[in-house]
Amino acid sequence: MVVALLLVLVVVGTVVFHFVSPWWWTPIASNWGYVDDTIIVTFWITGAVFVAVGLFMAYCVWRYRHRKETQAAYEPENTKLEVWLTVLTTVGVAGMLTPGLFVWDKFVSVPEEAAEVEAVGQQWQWTFRLPGKDGVLGTVDARNINVDNPFGLSPDDANGQDDVLIESDELHLPLDRPVKVLLRSIDVLHDFYVPEFRAKMDMVPGMITYFWLTPTRTGTFDILCFELCGTGHYAMRGRVVVEEESAYQAWVEEQSTFAEMSAQAGNGAGKATSLALSEGEVDSVDSGSAR
Amino acid sequence: MAYFVPTNAEDIPPAEVAEMELYHPKSWVTKYVFSQDAKVIAIQYSFTAIAIGLVALVLSWLMRLQLGFPESFAFIDPTDYYQFITMHGMIMVIYLLTALFLGGFGNYLIPLMVGARDMVFPYVNMLSYWVYLLAVLVLVASWFVPGGPTGAGWTLYPPQAILSGTPGADGGIILMLVSLALFIIGFTMGGLNYVVTVLQARTRGMTLMRLPLTVWGIFVATILALLAFPALFVGAVMMLFDRLLGTSFFMPTIVALGEQLEYGGGSPILFQHLFWFFGHPEVYIVALPAFGIVSDLLSVHARRNIFGYRMMVWAIVVIGALSFVVWAHHMYVSGMNPYFGFFFATTTLIIAVPTALKVYNWVLTLWRGNIHLTIPMLFAIAFIITFVNGGITGLFLGNAVVDVPLSDTMFVVAHFHMVMGVAPILVIFGAIYHWYPLMTGRMLNQAMGQFHFWVTFLGAYTIFLPLHYLGFLGVPRRYFEMGETSFIPDSAETLNAFITVVALIVGFAQVVFIFNLVQSAFKGKLAGHNPWRATTLEWQTPEVPPGHGNFGKTLPNVYRWAYDYSVPGADQDFLPQNLPPEQVPADSGREDLSGAAAQPAE
Repeated sequence: MVVALLLVLVVVGTVVFHFVSPWWWTPIASNWGYVDDTIIVTFWITGAVFVAVGLFMAYCVWRYRHRKETQAAYEPENTKLEVWLTVLTTVGVAGMLTPGLFVWDKFVSVPEEAAEVEAVGQQWQWTFRLPGKDGVLGTVDARNINVDNPFGLSPDDANGQDDVLIESDELHLPLDRPVKVLLRSIDVLHDFYVPEFRAKMDMVPGMITYFWLTPTRTGTFDILCFELCGTGHYAMRGRVVVEEESAYQAWVEEQSTFAEMSAQAGNGAGKATSLALSEGEVDSVDSGSAR
Repeated sequence: MAYFVPTNAEDIPPAEVAEMELYHPKSWVTKYVFSQDAKVIAIQYSFTAIAIGLVALVLSWLMRLQLGFPESFAFIDPTDYYQFITMHGMIMVIYLLTALFLGGFGNYLIPLMVGARDMVFPYVNMLSYWVYLLAVLVLVASWFVPGGPTGAGWTLYPPQAILSGTPGADGGIILMLVSLALFIIGFTMGGLNYVVTVLQARTRGMTLMRLPLTVWGIFVATILALLAFPALFVGAVMMLFDRLLGTSFFMPTIVALGEQLEYGGGSPILFQHLFWFFGHPEVYIVALPAFGIVSDLLSVHARRNIFGYRMMVWAIVVIGALSFVVWAHHMYVSGMNPYFGFFFATTTLIIAVPTALKVYNWVLTLWRGNIHLTIPMLFAIAFIITFVNGGITGLFLGNAVVDVPLSDTMFVVAHFHMVMGVAPILVIFGAIYHWYPLMTGRMLNQAMGQFHFWVTFLGAYTIFLPLHYLGFLGVPRRYFEMGETSFIPDSAETLNAFITVVALIVGFAQVVFIFNLVQSAFKGKLAGHNPWRATTLEWQTPEVPPGHGNFGKTLPNVYRWAYDYSVPGADQDFLPQNLPPEQVPADSGREDLSGAAAQPAE
């Protein structure tokens, strides 16, 4: 009796907790509302199964508890029941998989008009690159990376000269314009994630990865690294500012291009900041070897 | 359907192979230390696994302290924290769960349940344990090398696992990889034994479709492990080469902390494929023995045949096969070709169907049963609820697009703890309460058992249920501390503190359990013969605990499946597998039943 009641309590408590929990999605700021919708469908289907199985089990525990005069039924199989359960489960699974695959198709199909932005991860900071006036990102090679060329751009590639380099952890994006975020890492795995965008992808050294989104709400949002990247992983943060087109253009104007930066470096005024570690922000990066 | 039901011993089919010569120990050392008796090896495996598991338990307290009360414990810095999570994960998955289910329960139960005197290769079986022990010692040694153990996360993803920005990149990672390689070598020796014993050493009449589901679960899990672990072995060896010899299997051109490294041309994603080609079957290597064992616990303590035995067997086999084609669902956001997502989301959700059928059949075994709420039964019921909860969140993560926001959040942590942490461990507890009387001849203390059960079940559920919701919020896993964010409310901190307190209480309950294990071995109530009135062969041995050679002078003959409980007309509510048919009352209802009850004896 007590056991059956507690089972009911666990099932009902789970459902109640689901509805009263103050911890839920951050308000969405991208076009990936489809993802939230798929999750809601999944919640209803799996929730129904959870409640049904849990309550039925509680009923069994109470109704078929051991009593002196009772004996269990002897029924090794029940083909009809087993077939029905198989069919129903298959339908339920299809109900979750079908919308999931449709949305995945959207997720992997980048619209042609999407603008390109590059995010670069390194231990433990973010930097960004925009294609500049020609709309094409210049080629890069990790072997080119040095203090004067922190992004590793190929000096001979004309496409790269007007690339806008943002050596800060703040990226701006224009509202309502689809953007393909190209992701690059120069050391270990990282992952670019803004919870309000619902979309993320790992950054893998040696290759370029990507995802796309359309920002749908202005505001400032946190970028978090979502793939373990060493001792400073938890402190690898950045910000995305989504703003109106005019404000965005004004911000772009303030940034320097690769050509400008190279000229500066050539004048001996280059700042050796980008590859410096963010050791100040990360406590005891080196303490591993001390213990 | 006409099934042949043997009526006397001469009619039952012969054993697969003739009985072999047993190794007989000649001294105390060969009997209890370098033992070749599977039962002693099982206990050695279990002790070692539980001992290293307690280390992992303490590590979980330490990491929970940091998560619940950040900036309160000066002795935990990021380096420590990443070492805690890495070692906790690796110990729990490999050195505790895999070793305990296969090396512990597999060794103890397979020979007894199939009616064999021992494993077929006892010497190799002994070596298996000693290599496992060596692997554990090498793992423990990594705490004592400069830099400490690796903090690369249990997934050990390169490049960071072997670069200096990660704790333990000096010696810790090397010892971890060596330890894994040793574990796999040791396991392979044991695993071959389990498979060959099930296939070749079953006693007369023990057809495959009469095996208890415990044996089926361990048998299929072992086959999975024999096929999956080599992928991890290869990955570990290649990473060792990258670390020690400067090869670049997994290492592309890298500029780490401002310095151009010598590496170039390798693929970090290749390691992830190798790791998860092992890692996903590993989930089922842990889950399938739990599935099998819980089926038997439910059947015995509900005095009811397992519902849909044949479907249960096929579900185990199908799940095992499918588990090899779902691995990349761990990698939807890894940067692999995104079109893989369609295939792996589909296979992953298909695997839910046989898994759900197993759940239904467990519940339908309780339905119309005669349920004794013993401690093993309580753990079995708790397993079902926990497993259903953890299983359905797998349907979220398996569906590629839902995984995109949830991957690497606390939702994932909550999911895998429910489904392959708490759920299998509840089965392990249930199994220990169930078979302890066989192993020691004494019952475990009931009152302590009740306390242990309720605190563990309700506590673990309370820990991991709300954790899912932190994941929805966007709280990442593997963060030493959250620090300032714009989207995490203060209430999340309160919740984290609450979870930590509950985790410490659940941890304390395990201390009570360990005390119970020790105390009952000396002072427990005497169990006598077959205290749960079970049908399977391990309870039908002439001595309790079973002696050397298990079954005395002659091996038992098997006449029926393992689930003849509450057969109508029988004078007791269970018919042991080896009870000769002439001792079953003629009006017994079992012969009239079609299906799995009476398997054709070929």
